[in-house]
Amino acid sequence: MNASIEKQRHLIDFTLASLARRKTKNLGLLLVYTLLVFVLASVSLYTHALRQEAARVLERSPEIILQRMVAGRHDLIPPGYLERIGRIRGVQTIEGRLWGYYYDPVVKANYTFMAPAAEAVRPGTLTVGPAVARSRGLAPGNTISFRAYSGKLFAFTVAGVLPHASELVSADLVLMGEADFRAFFDYPAGHHTDIALSVANPLEVRTVAAKLAAALPDSRPILREEVLRTYASVFDWREGIVLALLSAAIFAFAILAWEKASGLSAEEKREIGILKAIGWETGDVIKMKLWEGGLVSLTAFLAGFVAAYLQVFRLGAPLFEPVLKGWAVLYPRFELVPAIDGLQVATLFFFTVFPYMAAVLVPIWRTAITDPDSAMRS
Amino acid sequence: MNDLPPIPLPAEGVDTGSPPAGGSMPLDGPALGRPGGGAMIELKAIRKAFNQGRPNEFWALNGIDLTIEAKKVTAFQGPSGSGKTTLLTIVGCLARPTSGRVRLAEDDISGLPERFLTGIRRSTFGFVFQQFNLVKGLSALENVMLPAFPTGRPHRELRSHAESLLDRLKLAHRREARVEWLSGGEQQRVAIARALVNDPQVLIADEPTANLDTALSREFMGILESLNAEGRTVILTSHDPLVVESAAVHRVVSMRDGQLVEN
Amino acid sequence: MKLRPSSLAFVALGLAAAGFAATFLDAAWLRSRDAPQLAERGALAARLGLTDLALFTEARYTRHPSQADLHSAFQDHPVALEHFPTGSLLPPPAALIAHHERLDRKTAASD
Repeated sequence: MNASIEKQRHLIDFTLASLARRKTKNLGLLLVYTLLVFVLASVSLYTHALRQEAARVLERSPEIILQRMVAGRHDLIPPGYLERIGRIRGVQTIEGRLWGYYYDPVVKANYTFMAPAAEAVRPGTLTVGPAVARSRGLAPGNTISFRAYSGKLFAFTVAGVLPHASELVSADLVLMGEADFRAFFDYPAGHHTDIALSVANPLEVRTVAAKLAAALPDSRPILREEVLRTYASVFDWREGIVLALLSAAIFAFAILAWEKASGLSAEEKREIGILKAIGWETGDVIKMKLWEGGLVSLTAFLAGFVAAYLQVFRLGAPLFEPVLKGWAVLYPRFELVPAIDGLQVATLFFFTVFPYMAAVLVPIWRTAITDPDSAMRS
Repeated sequence: MNDLPPIPLPAEGVDTGSPPAGGSMPLDGPALGRPGGGAMIELKAIRKAFNQGRPNEFWALNGIDLTIEAKKVTAFQGPSGSGKTTLLTIVGCLARPTSGRVRLAEDDISGLPERFLTGIRRSTFGFVFQQFNLVKGLSALENVMLPAFPTGRPHRELRSHAESLLDRLKLAHRREARVEWLSGGEQQRVAIARALVNDPQVLIADEPTANLDTALSREFMGILESLNAEGRTVILTSHDPLVVESAAVHRVVSMRDGQLVEN
Repeated sequence: MKLRPSSLAFVALGLAAAGFAATFLDAAWLRSRDAPQLAERGALAARLGLTDLALFTEARYTRHPSQADLHSAFQDHPVALEHFPTGSLLPPPAALIAHHERLDRKTAASD
């Protein structure tokens, strides 16, 4: 028992001593490998956490949002629709929502203006999202004026700033009273942006949606499950520039690893012949290489994963900010609540560790069975 | 020829005529657990073909019958291409004969699977190759320890054993040096130390003096003599007169065209 | 005596494994620490009826991908290359693709 452990340690000693011979090359490989795991793990951790976050935050959003479509475009809900919906069974509350977009030429940012029904915002005042407050340097009590699309200038007093903790959903919000909203956008009286419905029984949501579509043929119901599904597929593995760029990196690494691991030089082949001649079994040579592949890939995986975790959850994912920010001026500052999916980690492990092991092992297999007398014939 | 302090060896003495009775030298490594331990090697009708069945088929050995005595120094001599190195690979379990039987101390080993053959090779034979075949980039000490790695011998013990072997071969001061920085003579001594690390009963050397000058060749023969004096069987190939005519060699087997030549 | 390479490797690997395990512990700790914040976010979303994350504010279909109408997201085609960089990070909502497929062939309703 002890001897077999000692034997494995001997094999490790040898494989490490061999690796140490080309220190720069092998350390470079380990570094690139770690970096690759780091980026892949960062993407994986980040998107998973973001999706989890979206799922948990948005699971309390309205069950159904009803949009009206005119010529394939989202249009205002005219008066009378709310009353017509009121007769559908199973609907608990109906609420006409008022919201829209405003482009602020001062900081070249888009805001989401909203007149919340549940929250009374006093006329002439605003509650702004944290990113808006940041970009315009606002604090409660300040005055700010926006030029409406009609050309008129409106001045408001900032009544409050939404809490930083909610930034992920509220960064660009500007909350105002209903009267202010209608006046600012010249919104026709009685019209709404869309309608939010809450349905008590989750099993009835689809039935209600079907009834809505039948009763109001020009409307389009958006179910909460569709919203959640939208976010479940946001940054899906295959999507996005990040991975498109990464695929090049992965490919480059694959070539590098293959070249390094499989391009057994004549020198290495000779060494294996020597080892076999002096009493190593084929199995010993393979085990030795298995240790090499295992140690290198495991170290790279663990170190890369830990670094990725720190980057995403402890340092606020600075690497992804420019990517996610795109051309937008407003970007929420948020700390993701860590969510690590075991299956995702296992997948990452499989796709980073196993190819390398294979690249190390496959060529050795052929070489390791060379006749030991090759050492004598050299 | 030199002082041998730390190794458990019988007292130095060139007692070539009669090796230590019973040959019960203390082995601290795994050795063939056979009574007597005298590894007599018997070859019967050995034939060896290369590229068999192809147009370039070539019979390197063509019916060899030979008994190699234990605890003696036997030299195969012959021109290059006479098959002496091939015979050495068969004696040393590096290769299997195409036909014929190899018996090692009464056991027929020609039919054994590779795994067992490797085990026998590791514990019974130590090899000193013509080109030394050291693993470049590793230190002398690491090279010496290599053959013992698959045995799982405890590191500390193995290391001190390898150090004492290097010490005995007057290489203690070079043990941390990479082997490619050593001179030819030093490299050969590392190769000898490596061949001895598993305490084999048989030492096999292929053209040991081919890359050495006269002084180093003499030194090598001295080492060989002392190893034989410990009770080890030595088998070597050479066409160097300095070797085959040396008093240390008990028996010279001449070969030509894959067959033994009576002399 | 010099440290054996294998000991060194085990120490390094042990440290890395400990770090790996520590990320899970740290994650659990952060989760419990941030639970109130998460609840606050959820409460705000519920109160205001929010439907989307405020990650991308550059266009209305990136700000509210779930509310995008049939023709605003991916104006030319559901999988067309996007004008906005972030637009290419967001796949078109599944529901919208389904709509497009129906438009491509025939209407599903028997009217």
